[in-house]
Amino acid sequence: MDRKNLVSLLVFAIAVVAVQQATAATDTQYYLTQLTMAAYYSLVIIGLCLVMGYAGQISLGHAGFFGIGGYVSAALTTHNLAPLRDTAVVSWLAAHGLLVSGRDLYGDVLLTVPPWLACLAALTAAVVIAFVIGVPVLKLKGHYLAMATLGFGTIIYRIVLATEFFGEADGISEVPAFPLPGGLAVSGDFSARVSNYYLAWGIVLIGMTVLLNLIHSRVGRGLRAIHGAEDAAEAMGVNASRYKLYSFVISAVFAAVAGVFLTHYNGGIGPSEAGIMKSVRYVALVAVGGMASLWGTMIMGVLLNFMSLRGMFGSYDDAVFGAILILIMLFAPEGILRVQVPAAAKRIFQGRPKSVAGKTS
Amino acid sequence: MSAEQFTQYLFAGITYGIIYAIVAIGFNIIYNTTGIINFAQGEFVMLGGMCAISFQRFMPLPAAIVLAVAVTMVIGALIEMIFIRWLKSPSVLRMIIITIGISILLREAALHIWGDAVRALPYFNGDEVSSVRILGTNISPQVLWVLGTCSLIVAGLSVFFRFTSLGQEMRACAANRTAATLCGINTKNMITFSFMLSAGIGALAGCVVSPITYTQYDSGTGLAIKGFTVAILGGLGNSMAAVAAGLLLGVIEAFSITVVPLAFQDAISISILLVILFARPHGLFGDRAAAGLKEF
Repeated sequence: MDRKNLVSLLVFAIAVVAVQQATAATDTQYYLTQLTMAAYYSLVIIGLCLVMGYAGQISLGHAGFFGIGGYVSAALTTHNLAPLRDTAVVSWLAAHGLLVSGRDLYGDVLLTVPPWLACLAALTAAVVIAFVIGVPVLKLKGHYLAMATLGFGTIIYRIVLATEFFGEADGISEVPAFPLPGGLAVSGDFSARVSNYYLAWGIVLIGMTVLLNLIHSRVGRGLRAIHGAEDAAEAMGVNASRYKLYSFVISAVFAAVAGVFLTHYNGGIGPSEAGIMKSVRYVALVAVGGMASLWGTMIMGVLLNFMSLRGMFGSYDDAVFGAILILIMLFAPEGILRVQVPAAAKRIFQGRPKSVAGKTS
Repeated sequence: MSAEQFTQYLFAGITYGIIYAIVAIGFNIIYNTTGIINFAQGEFVMLGGMCAISFQRFMPLPAAIVLAVAVTMVIGALIEMIFIRWLKSPSVLRMIIITIGISILLREAALHIWGDAVRALPYFNGDEVSSVRILGTNISPQVLWVLGTCSLIVAGLSVFFRFTSLGQEMRACAANRTAATLCGINTKNMITFSFMLSAGIGALAGCVVSPITYTQYDSGTGLAIKGFTVAILGGLGNSMAAVAAGLLLGVIEAFSITVVPLAFQDAISISILLVILFARPHGLFGDRAAAGLKEF
């Protein structure tokens, strides 16, 4: 990793600490809840940025991967396996100490999968599904790719909405805390607010480091070559389909990790988390951030998600993201942080065509 | 399954199938002239139904439907003029995102205007219990209205594209936009007109189907995905094949509820979409060689 990225990451870490100190100093610690949630959402968004900005492929189904992570983890940690105690799988798990038992409100034995094992299962599910879906889907381009990923997202949404195991329209609630070494836990516990804030942002920092390293490596250059011209990249020896698939799977893992932790943090998950509007929102945030800009994407993602979670857009929440999508794509396809205002104004008033618009979006 | 049940499912399938076909034709009209898939196509159907329901309080039903179609056509034209007309050769990714944004805005506008209640136009003849006996089964007269109207739309469109000057100009624009411009056709106006046309037929379909399927602010998204499935199934850009593909998908869906629960019906048709996309992206009736020249 070069020095510039190290400095950026350092500034980022300092900013995270500064924000927490600021909320402590001004007695506005209630902001930390939304900031923690925004952190997990931005994990999804930076993952999607790899697929959209660098590999140049659109995915309108990333809420599906978020949903897979959250729902698998939530379902496994809340469903009582005690009635299935005699089956081979459950007894094997119990014999190897891989289940936690407790007692519910009525004193009955409650046998569930521990969170870390559920997390492992969730991530495995996300990777496997991303591979199975990714191989055929990534052969498609343009409208076909958009519709196929949209279709995938819709299927996941329909399945969680119609399956009793996933709580149907009510979703899954009372998901237990996710214990971590050192007495920490990912939970919505009021007293653990500060530690959870740092946990969430720590995970984002790790994710950011991984992605920054990736895009500045051979793989990253390969991905950008694919974005520029796939045939040319192939001719230069870049295995385009493999690179696209890997970036798709990595971003699916990012989404699933975010899903797992946010579900444990919120103590539950509902079908809307896997819905189409969420997927569209992630795409909107990557677009606002400037497509091929991890930092821009993360900054805009945190900002807009925080505002949305604080309820600043009221009942116009979805409409705001729709409007953002249109405005960004019409006037600033390179992202809002890269608009050069004087030049843009000049262009609009003189009616000159945008020279860069067609190439980069 | 008894013979009567079979006919019942068949009619249900044909009714839904022809609606999907209309949405697919709407996709095709815009795709042919612009190369854009308009992700807001389903919203036109919703808008048509919603407008007619509102107007119908102040005027007789036929007038309300005509006005609703006209209003939706104006909205379609405005969308094209505001968002699309002045873009110079935008990339596919950019157009996808813009039309998705438009569909969100239309849906949210509908939510704020009409609320999230489920609404419906009254039945054109009789009411929800009146029925006609055909082929040994009872079906609602509204089904006949849907079938009749949609058949008329399809027939009308093929006459329009083949025999009228405007239709031929639009086809010229679809075949080769530069050549059409050189022949003195105002291609920009043709594109605006294609948006109006597909908004209009979508709205008309939305009106006739409203008594059966009901209209809600978010009913467009599902229709758009089904309509796209049908458009792909028939081969993108081919309207006649879209009708056949629509009927096929509708019938498959109708009979699928005998095997899997209703809640999974959407998952079934989208799985069909995915399988088609993976296996035959040029569609069931499309030509593989011609499709090889396009990008999927």
